[in-house]
Amino acid sequence: MKRFIPLIIFALIGLAFAIGLTRDPRKLDTVLIETPFPQFSLQSLEDPQVLLTEANLKNQVSLVNVFGSWCIACNVEHPILMDIAQNETVNLVGINWRDKRDKGQDWLERQGNPYGDIIFDPESILAIKLGVVGAPETFVTDKSGTIRYKHIGPISREDWTQTLKPLILQLETD
Amino acid sequence: MRSLFIILAFILSTLSVAQTAPSSDQIEASARKVGRALRCVVCQNQSIDESDAPLAADMREIVRQRLSAGQSEAQVIAYMRQSYGDYVLLKPPVQSNTYLLWGLPFMALLAGLLWFFKPAKPIRMAEDSQ
Amino acid sequence: MIAELGHFLLILALCVALAQAVLPAIGARQDNASLMQFGRRAAGLQCVLLAASFFALILVFVGSDFTVKLAALHSHSAKPLLYKISGVWGNHEGSILLWTLMIGIYSACFAKSKQALPDKLRALTLACQGALSVGFIAFILFTSNPFERLSPAPIDGNGLNPLLQDPGLAIHPPMLYLGYVGFSIAFSMAIAALILGKVDKDWAKWLRPWTLTAWSFLTLGITLGSIWAYYELGWGGWWMWDPVENVSFMPWLLGTALIHSIMVLERRTGLAHWTVLLAISAFSLSLIGTFVVRSGVLVSVHAFAVDPARGVFILMLLLAATGGALSLYAMRAKTLFAPAEFERISKDGGLVLNNILLATATLTVFLGTFYPLFIDAIQGNQISVGAPYFDATFAPIMTVLIIFMGAAPLLRWRQARVSELKSLRPSLIIIAISIIAAIIIFRKFALGFIGLALAAYLAASSIIALGRRTKWKAASLTKQPASFWGFFLAHMGVAIFTAGAVTMSSWSYEAIGRIKPNETLRNSGYEFTLQIPATGLRENYEYLGADVIVTKNGKPVKTLYTEQRFYPVRNMVTTEAGFHFTPAITVFAAIGEGNNKDGYVLRANYQPLVTWIWFGAILMALAGFISLLSRGNRRPLEQENS
Repeated sequence: MKRFIPLIIFALIGLAFAIGLTRDPRKLDTVLIETPFPQFSLQSLEDPQVLLTEANLKNQVSLVNVFGSWCIACNVEHPILMDIAQNETVNLVGINWRDKRDKGQDWLERQGNPYGDIIFDPESILAIKLGVVGAPETFVTDKSGTIRYKHIGPISREDWTQTLKPLILQLETD
Repeated sequence: MRSLFIILAFILSTLSVAQTAPSSDQIEASARKVGRALRCVVCQNQSIDESDAPLAADMREIVRQRLSAGQSEAQVIAYMRQSYGDYVLLKPPVQSNTYLLWGLPFMALLAGLLWFFKPAKPIRMAEDSQ
Repeated sequence: MIAELGHFLLILALCVALAQAVLPAIGARQDNASLMQFGRRAAGLQCVLLAASFFALILVFVGSDFTVKLAALHSHSAKPLLYKISGVWGNHEGSILLWTLMIGIYSACFAKSKQALPDKLRALTLACQGALSVGFIAFILFTSNPFERLSPAPIDGNGLNPLLQDPGLAIHPPMLYLGYVGFSIAFSMAIAALILGKVDKDWAKWLRPWTLTAWSFLTLGITLGSIWAYYELGWGGWWMWDPVENVSFMPWLLGTALIHSIMVLERRTGLAHWTVLLAISAFSLSLIGTFVVRSGVLVSVHAFAVDPARGVFILMLLLAATGGALSLYAMRAKTLFAPAEFERISKDGGLVLNNILLATATLTVFLGTFYPLFIDAIQGNQISVGAPYFDATFAPIMTVLIIFMGAAPLLRWRQARVSELKSLRPSLIIIAISIIAAIIIFRKFALGFIGLALAAYLAASSIIALGRRTKWKAASLTKQPASFWGFFLAHMGVAIFTAGAVTMSSWSYEAIGRIKPNETLRNSGYEFTLQIPATGLRENYEYLGADVIVTKNGKPVKTLYTEQRFYPVRNMVTTEAGFHFTPAITVFAAIGEGNNKDGYVLRANYQPLVTWIWFGAILMALAGFISLLSRGNRRPLEQENS
């Protein structure tokens, strides 16, 4: 039997590689799912006088989107966010991440502003609390302000109609 | 009585200083230590201490702020772990899904040495394959 | 036209490789000498075809033919010629073609070698090499064709990345591949020997030069990679335990074990099973290494699935090569010599222990590298395994290894007595006393002193081994065989490497400060004075650069130039440190963000003996090449006097 040991060990390693191959690269689990949205107190992008906090997310279902004027993939996602803002009732909140205030404002001027509140986070204070790795990333929070879902990378139309919209509708009826 | 009060106040004040404001050198040393233990989440296996990435710079800044605010090294690391999970720890914690990772090297070393130094018996090489 | 020609040559090479895989094997089965002979010619032809195809790709890059997709993506007309050429293997498709070409080169060298091999062994080995070539050429043709055209073609290429224009990066991959691919000969010879049921002293003797060649090139390749990373990344790390580095280190560890187990097999048949398994595993780890890195599975944990076709093909290749080899082993294990008894206290015993420890070390690196992947596959959780893990696990194993490494070469073959080690006693006593004294005086550096003591002990034992052979007479130095010098230099290399690595990690200092121009940062007796920085725009980045004048106690040492670069397109910052290397002390400085009013962040580093790390490693590679000079009938090691 001993002569089969190397083969068996290799088969196990090969199996692990094979499972690794089938994993969906987009499905990155976050440890923050089912935890309250982290506390923060940051300026609004439009008006430095306005302070936004986690309380702004309470009592409604929110779609929180991390973006920046430097972020190329955000351009791809933007038209879809504009559609959502026009056609849906969800509270769309932006986090302007690692950006300069004027650049972020210009970018929204040019591309249109789909967001309600925009949190200005140039020093990654909220981004790090949210475990953000890159932009765009999108969180869904429920009425109690709990994170229910995280999407990494640009939202495609399919992502919206198949995953995000049904989830938001369900959270709104809860 | 009054002098006693002054001495007491003095002791208390030095104590409170010692507690709330560690020297900047200490904070710097702690920040470097914590920085080396945290992974730059956008890099290839680099710590935030070694990385040029902007996010790593922001993480270093937050580490410094939290240490200056009086948090311990462990608390700062726990804070980062809260948002990024075990992924941010360069030294994987010893827990149920890492027992094998931590145990196997030492078990293999021990088994190899025990086998080698036990009283002579015919060698069976096939057993040792990885 | 050239691209189509290159593509066509590659298809021809595939046909030749197919013939090379099949015909010599049939010849070996039917005892047909001309079919077996065909393998040698096919290997030569295949090598020429692959070389011509590779040359065609070089011409495409040199000629800036951007109708070819690969050149459009990875080259640029304004690149210097050297980097146009090195750009050929700076990408997935080109590097796989280079890898395949190297299989061809090794096959051809094996076919033309003057070794007095039995015809069947040579024929079967070449058939196996042919089969490997078939797999890789098919991989290129079906999933990674470097000659693919692009329509419409861009006006210029996309590959003007100054980060990748570095001489170190240009020669590092070919060296590394010469090492990786060299183990394919050991792999194929193991397959052939299993089929023939002849794993014996002669086989070990024939295997030795090929293993040494592969190992030496791999050592060189890894060392160059380390130097490049140290220099280019500019924060003073020479080894990061990065997955990309680890996968090149694992075949090196097993290759080292293989070199030592071959020594035992050359004299005693005891380690037949083990040597065969090592030969198979070393190449399998090379395969896993190159392709796993190239497919990106570890670089970013999930990239494997990004291109499933490549991932699946890679996995199939791995399963076919390694799975096939291990199945063959399981079938043929009975034909190998049974494990023999050996004395624990003897040179044989020491070599067996060396193999146990190196295998354990490989297991540790393998676990650390692939565990996150496995946990993710099984649980879906993401963890990181970084340098602190390897410091805690790998370093103790190496410590045990060095302890035995110092003693084993002083023992005789077959049977020895502990008393043969008594010449080690004075150096051991001196070292033990100095460790204890050092630990009492400088408690903080206890680990550093223990490491240095280990290095000194290893060097002392190697010198004692040299002294015993030469009876301490300078005249007999020249009479020693090349294989002995190989041993001596390799072990001295490890001692020098250890001293460098330990000193560097225990006694390095870094000073970071925000200083204004003409202010000074001090570190370990050196003064770093910042000059007025300049900013500007170059090619595709903005830079902030400054001279830093380094003095030691007021006496000028060198002026270092350091730069911070910002690439707006990628939102990426890189640092170019300015270095001053000397045999003993390396200092470097790196500038960070800032302005003239508040000052700039300056990092000033002092790192002793860091150059010894690479010097020791290059000495090891050199030792491997020197050992190659010793062939068959020289005076063997076992007649060593004691």
